[in-house]
Amino acid sequence: MATLELSLEEEAGATPVRRRRLGTLFWIAIGWMVLVFAVAIFADLLPLPSPTDMDMLERRAPISVEHWLGTDGLGRDELSRLIFGARISLIVGLCAPMIGVTIGGALGMLAGYFRGRFEAFVVGGMDVLLAFPPLILALAVTAYLGQSIFNLTCILGVLGIPAFMRVARAATLSLARREFVIAAQALGATHTRILLRELLPNVMLPLLAFFLLGVAVTIVVEGSLSFLGLGVPPPISSWGSMIGEGRESLDVAPRLAFIPAIGMFLTVLSFNLIGDTMRALTDPRQGAL
Amino acid sequence: MLFFVARRLLYLVPVLIAVSVLTFVIASLLPGDLAYVILGDQATPENVAALRHDLGLDQPIWLRYLGWLWHILQGDFGRSFRTGQTVLQAVSERVPISFELMILAELIGLAIGVPLAIACAAKAGSAFDRFMTGSAFAMLSVPTFLSAILLIYLFAVELRLLPATGYVPFTEDPLANLRFMVLPALTLGLAEWPGIMRVLRSDMIAALQEDYIALAKAKGLKPSRILFVHALKPSSLTLVTITGINIGRLIGGAVIVESIFALPGIGRLLVGAIYTRDLIILQGVVLLVAAGFVIMNFIVDMLYALLDPRIRHGHA
Amino acid sequence: MSGALLSVENAVVDLPTPRGNLRAVDHVDLEVGAGKTLGIVGESGCGKTMLSRAILQLLPKKAKLSGRVMFDGQDLTRLSAEKLRKLRGRSLAVVFQDPMTSLNPVLTIGTQLIETIVEHLELDLAQARQRSVELLAAVGIPAPEQRLTQYPHQLSGGMRQRVAIAVALSCEPQLLIADEPTTALDVTIQAQILDLLAREQQRRHMAMIIITHDLGVVAGRTDEVAVMYAGRVVERAPTPALFKQMRMPYTEALLAALPKLDVPPHTPLPAISGRPPDPTRPLKGCSFSPRCRYSAGRCSTEKPRLSPAETLEHLYACFHPIAAGGGA
Repeated sequence: MATLELSLEEEAGATPVRRRRLGTLFWIAIGWMVLVFAVAIFADLLPLPSPTDMDMLERRAPISVEHWLGTDGLGRDELSRLIFGARISLIVGLCAPMIGVTIGGALGMLAGYFRGRFEAFVVGGMDVLLAFPPLILALAVTAYLGQSIFNLTCILGVLGIPAFMRVARAATLSLARREFVIAAQALGATHTRILLRELLPNVMLPLLAFFLLGVAVTIVVEGSLSFLGLGVPPPISSWGSMIGEGRESLDVAPRLAFIPAIGMFLTVLSFNLIGDTMRALTDPRQGAL
Repeated sequence: MLFFVARRLLYLVPVLIAVSVLTFVIASLLPGDLAYVILGDQATPENVAALRHDLGLDQPIWLRYLGWLWHILQGDFGRSFRTGQTVLQAVSERVPISFELMILAELIGLAIGVPLAIACAAKAGSAFDRFMTGSAFAMLSVPTFLSAILLIYLFAVELRLLPATGYVPFTEDPLANLRFMVLPALTLGLAEWPGIMRVLRSDMIAALQEDYIALAKAKGLKPSRILFVHALKPSSLTLVTITGINIGRLIGGAVIVESIFALPGIGRLLVGAIYTRDLIILQGVVLLVAAGFVIMNFIVDMLYALLDPRIRHGHA
Repeated sequence: MSGALLSVENAVVDLPTPRGNLRAVDHVDLEVGAGKTLGIVGESGCGKTMLSRAILQLLPKKAKLSGRVMFDGQDLTRLSAEKLRKLRGRSLAVVFQDPMTSLNPVLTIGTQLIETIVEHLELDLAQARQRSVELLAAVGIPAPEQRLTQYPHQLSGGMRQRVAIAVALSCEPQLLIADEPTTALDVTIQAQILDLLAREQQRRHMAMIIITHDLGVVAGRTDEVAVMYAGRVVERAPTPALFKQMRMPYTEALLAALPKLDVPPHTPLPAISGRPPDPTRPLKGCSFSPRCRYSAGRCSTEKPRLSPAETLEHLYACFHPIAAGGGA
């Protein structure tokens, strides 16, 4: 009876209902994602005015045929800045977790597979990195290294390593004891072969789900830094710096802050939604159902 | 229990040393030289060389680190070359403000998150539960600075109810102090509740499936007692853990919120130091904040051990 | 029949699962007289736990119960939540299988005892505390005063189960349901706990249901035994009659699976071959027929009904009962 009840109680939760509900939202999120990626990639081909051309006669112009979303405080086209801003937010948002997932994933798999001193060393190193509140570390490093997109991406990438390391290590630890790995070892497979052929494909999925959540977090952190004027250097616009500039004119033109804010919120929400759905699917506990 | 504390304390030492090394290394990433930054436009090779010698920059990095550490261990974190204030002075003036902000924010987060979590767990799967879980999920995607400008727009620009920026010390005028604190604390609190609510909700739902809840029902206890005592008390340990996890994000959020609302706390000090390239202050603040963060995490761990009878009695 | 303290009439419990409907309890009739003991025996998954939860009205939310559960003249299935709450713990108490999970880990033993007493009896805290000490002493816990401030994890498994029994006895219930009360305990402690239950049952003249997978547990400690298989009661008889002459091949198989002292060591136990049927795929015939060595003819096409043997008290559901004197 005990085993029977266990499966029933898990099922008694809200999961089936939620999964069905997430279904529609999931596809809306995918749709938004595709749209944002498309305009960001093809921004140069779109018939847009330059995002950096200032027109002092047209400052904070309202929405018009010429400027679909109006212009900002320096007379730059808001829609164009929004789209080119998406580019920056996405480049940083995607590249930084890429660094995290590669280094963190590799360290985590090696630590989880070889255990012992190496694992203790990696975990200890990550503890040191985690000893800094992430935003403080990011601010400090950009301050010393200098503001540039490259520096920003590297720092945010390094900050993500501990989290990816934990996910990869946990997944490897649970997999390394399964039959197929033990069988491969018994057959005399090399460590490299086991790590790449047996473990990597299985660690990939949870890492990928976590990667999407990492993108959401990175976009937020990059936005926060740029909002403070400490992220991407001007005149490049990212959503964060646009919101930061729009804050100055909240009383006269609140849309200058709120339009990029909505864009950023929807994008972050989409990444979170897709990542969370994927995590639910790859979660071994739920996958068994 | 004593052994547990001792072991964790012992672990604290290497972490703190590593934190100081990392802080020092980051500071030495600076392209060029501190002497150039200090001297600015008037830098001539001669006085740069002289200042480098005064600052000890001509020594190898490990020697400089040891010298730096030696000063720190004596309580000398350096002095701003712009204002002349020592790091310790600057930090101790601003720490209370940041603490007030973070404590108020966490209280707001708990005040929203805990009742919602209990209500959702009691009615798991209901329309209310699904709506609140969805809202919490959406709120997690709202960056702090977004809710800040939204709140400023609503309460300061449109309704003109609360000040958007400014600060009065609590000791001077408590009411005015709280008036200035409302929006910043609310901003941070809005970022805190979804995490609190999600974790506590799922924890309580799990607790409600436990045998001891079935037994509590079989004992004929009132539903309120089952919910608030039998289910919430085991889950309250989770609250301590969440609060611990939140500290790092709270500190980061405080930096942003203090900058937006012009609160003279640690975060504002840090951002100001970056704007003015006051690198000694920056280095000192980063080190102190990281050390404070490590120690706060340690305290949360201890608190957890103290609250959980199983660990308290040495069963862990 | 009408004199019974508890009578379960035509109880059916259905559980919706992703694989379809699961009939955990299938048309069960039982009764327990005041001061009597009933043993319910079956393998895990046979529905005995669901049946006990159905009696207590503590089924999972999605489960559907039909039939009646009459307790002391009231139909529990129709009682309001508030009335039911006043009955539970007061007149109807339960001891669960695992005292590690059924006692709240973060509340003291004292809290868990006193809260029940204060809830149901008109006693103040000091009196409830006094009563708790007496109860702990009565269930054989040394230094009961000190135990009140201790947490469950500070006690051994056997002691914890004694505490759980003290909680169940705290308001002098009319009926105690003990759901596998010894399964999670060390073998050496099992007999002590069972004897404690039997002693308290006698002393307090309460009715008791012992649910177990172990025929040895009910032998000599119960007035009547019901054997369950795949949600149904397949044999029911006064305990002496059942052990004198069991009719259902499943009961015989259960008994044969018990270790005995009179056979030489290292003799393999005759385990029941095969597994219980998938409860979401009900069989047309007798549920036990795929595993039964006497199975023949209509066993796989028709369900045998529970019908009386020589005496009216001894009921069994089998087309090929074991004949008096052994063997089919």
